[in-house]
Amino acid sequence: MELLLVILIGVLYAAGIYLMFRRSMVRLLLGLILLGNGANLLIFLMGDIAKGKPPIIKAGASVFTDVYADPVPQSLILTAIVISFGLQSFAIILLKRIYLLTGSDDLDTLNTHDKDI
Amino acid sequence: MLIAVLSGFLLALLLFFFGKYLKSRHFSLIGFLPLGIFIYLLSFLPLINSGQSAMFHYSWVPSMGINLDFRLDGLALLFGCMITGIGSLVFFYAAAYMKHHPFIDRFFVFLSVFMASMLGLVLADNVLLLFVFWELTSISSFFLIGFNNEEEGSRKSAIMSLSVTGGGGFFLLAGFILLGNLSGSYSIREMIFSSEVLKDSSLYGLLLVFLFLGAFTKSAQFPFHFWLPNAMKAPTPVSAYLHSATMVKAGIYLLARFTPVLGTHSYWNNSLMITGAFTMLYAAIHALFRKDLKAILAYSTIASLGMMVFLLGIGSEKALLAVSVFILVHALYKAGLFLTAGVIDYKTGTRDLHKLSGLRKVMKPVAIGGLLAALSSAGMPLTFGFIGKDLIYEATLGAPGNLAWILTGIAFVSNVCLLIAGLMVGIKPFFGALPQKFSRVKKVSGFLWMPGIILGVSAIIFGVFPMFLDRNLITAVAQSINGTVIDISLKLWHGFSLVILLSILTLSVGFIFYFLRKGKPFNQEKLAGFESVSPEYLTELIISKTDKFAFRYTRLLHNGYLRYYLITIIVFLIGLVGYRLFTEVPLSVNYAQLSETRFYEVVFFIIIVSAILITVFTSSRLTAIAGMGIIGYCMCLIFVFYGAPDLAMTQFTIDTLTVVLFVLVLFRLPQFKKYVNLKVQFRDGLIALSFGAIISIIALQAFNEPADKVVSHFYGDNAYVLAKGRNVVNVILVDFRGFDTMVEIIVLSIAALGVYSLLKLKVKAPEKE
Repeated sequence: MELLLVILIGVLYAAGIYLMFRRSMVRLLLGLILLGNGANLLIFLMGDIAKGKPPIIKAGASVFTDVYADPVPQSLILTAIVISFGLQSFAIILLKRIYLLTGSDDLDTLNTHDKDI
Repeated sequence: MLIAVLSGFLLALLLFFFGKYLKSRHFSLIGFLPLGIFIYLLSFLPLINSGQSAMFHYSWVPSMGINLDFRLDGLALLFGCMITGIGSLVFFYAAAYMKHHPFIDRFFVFLSVFMASMLGLVLADNVLLLFVFWELTSISSFFLIGFNNEEEGSRKSAIMSLSVTGGGGFFLLAGFILLGNLSGSYSIREMIFSSEVLKDSSLYGLLLVFLFLGAFTKSAQFPFHFWLPNAMKAPTPVSAYLHSATMVKAGIYLLARFTPVLGTHSYWNNSLMITGAFTMLYAAIHALFRKDLKAILAYSTIASLGMMVFLLGIGSEKALLAVSVFILVHALYKAGLFLTAGVIDYKTGTRDLHKLSGLRKVMKPVAIGGLLAALSSAGMPLTFGFIGKDLIYEATLGAPGNLAWILTGIAFVSNVCLLIAGLMVGIKPFFGALPQKFSRVKKVSGFLWMPGIILGVSAIIFGVFPMFLDRNLITAVAQSINGTVIDISLKLWHGFSLVILLSILTLSVGFIFYFLRKGKPFNQEKLAGFESVSPEYLTELIISKTDKFAFRYTRLLHNGYLRYYLITIIVFLIGLVGYRLFTEVPLSVNYAQLSETRFYEVVFFIIIVSAILITVFTSSRLTAIAGMGIIGYCMCLIFVFYGAPDLAMTQFTIDTLTVVLFVLVLFRLPQFKKYVNLKVQFRDGLIALSFGAIISIIALQAFNEPADKVVSHFYGDNAYVLAKGRNVVNVILVDFRGFDTMVEIIVLSIAALGVYSLLKLKVKAPEKE
């Protein structure tokens, strides 16, 4: 299974980067989200992977008695997910705003050189 | 002493704020400041003559060894007197010369700053302090040279002089720091004691390179000389001040100051001798090919500076004595000639030697000043220049063996050329027939002709009565340059000797040559062939090519397209990381670590990969968003499989919210256009795939070699014990790293505020949806 995850991370990164190379702003944003997912998964894989063993101490015990999934990457990813939501929602609204002003979601139309102004 | 140095800066500050309220005729009063400092400095003469020096110590940054240490010895006194003495004459002169200039107050601000920095430079005993003043002179001279800032040529030469002298300054700073490290002190006075250590050091050569680059750029030695003729764009009082007594002499001062520390070593002597000799010959010959009065003076200044470097290079007692005298000789006559040229320019509007003649009839006092300066420059008997020239010949003849003849020959040719150049500026414009158009030149104000006369007369006084100077000043100067006492006496008449013969020969050859050509310069176009190899041309070539290169380079990398920036970064990353992985890291899979692959997991994998492909390649925005949703939910599943229920919950919530927001907001956007062609898609695809592959390999490596888990175990062991929580992830977030979570909440609130204000933002009517 872990090999599948390794491949999945690669696919997510490749797809994310590919979308970020596009001129459409929506695609850029989608690419950013995919890249974020890939990064989360990469961090996840770096901890101790333990299937079906959440880092929750059993009732009655005060320490772990069994193996458990690494809690540190999990808390990192949790933070990352929440923060990326903040970023995404802001970017989505910004995108909408830009569209209202320029009537296009083409990044290249936003390129104004000094001489154009 | 601190007040004397700082008063110039204070004056500049006052003028800067209140100068515009002054009437232009009041500016001549400013000249009393340098005059006052001049008198103050002269009051130290008895002390200096008794062989002592005056020290002044003010703490500045004592922890770093940087203090406001000033030391007044013979050399500093000579320079200080020239700076303030000639300075006051220039100030009076400039007040008249610039009378009608709208920015005369600004002019005096720069001039005062310059004078004060120059004074600080020659008085500083701490090399770092010296460097600060050194840079200040570069900066203030930049403003002075570019004073007529509405002229392009003026701006260009100001930038040129700043870049040459400022560039040398960098090396000088490096040299000073090296010097400080090697000798263990930043005080010049203390460095003299570690002179032997410095000379034996393996870094001695490098040290000399740094110091010489600093001194040669400032003192316009070949091949850095070209800024000086260009600096003639400055108003003439500035040229007179900068190029006779101050700015360009700073490099000479530096070399003289460090002679007792670093001198008497074959590296030091030979490089100075060769550079000086070459500069002197080069510039002296060039001077004869110019027809602009100031250009002639510029080249003769370079030649004289070359002479001083040359004499410092010879380094014998006689040579050092000759330098001490020649510095003063040159300052007196060169300032006089510049001031004369300035008046001519001011009154006739031209500096072209071909057009000027007969002016003695309309400006007699100026003509007398010019004549006196020219005679001193020529080294006529009974002038101070004569004594200077004698000493120079004595120094060159004193060199060992055949070298003496070579050096004397070089000095002879240069002296003849300098003599002719001096005559061309000081005499040629005043003799001959007066052209009609100059016959109505108005009377010259006293402020304009007096300084020239004073300079000329003092050159004569010192020439006739050299004993005024030798005991009083020159002994002390030569002592500071040499390090030990030199017993000297300046004499007007040495009796018949080779030296006198040479002097007479110089005079007669020069005068014959001058009269044969009737004072006309050679045609400058004869030198045009050398243009393409001249240092100035090559420097400008390098600068313009660098400019072009930077422009193209910027165009290439900073093109304004996000995707090209990304591509650059990603390709670079692929290359770098890929190379490292390829050469260093063996690719292997540790199968023992892997968990069993179940059937449902394969199905899930196929689903998520298909969703990714759909998101990437679909042409409908809604489909892409749906695909993204699926990817997010699949991520939830992964988290569920691997024991991360909190993550799964969060991801689920957030993903749902994002999809909803996306659909709500972006529903009515334009067609989801595809802008690219196949070729570009293929290129991007290739880059993206290689990047993905690299990341996969990194992930695999990370998986194969698990990191140290001390932190994880700490949290696992202590979550309940210390924080009374069973869900370790939650405990980390709200307890152990509670502050981080709080900051995260702040970040989210800021994002929310941003979203809210963007939604509420009122767009101007025509731009509304």
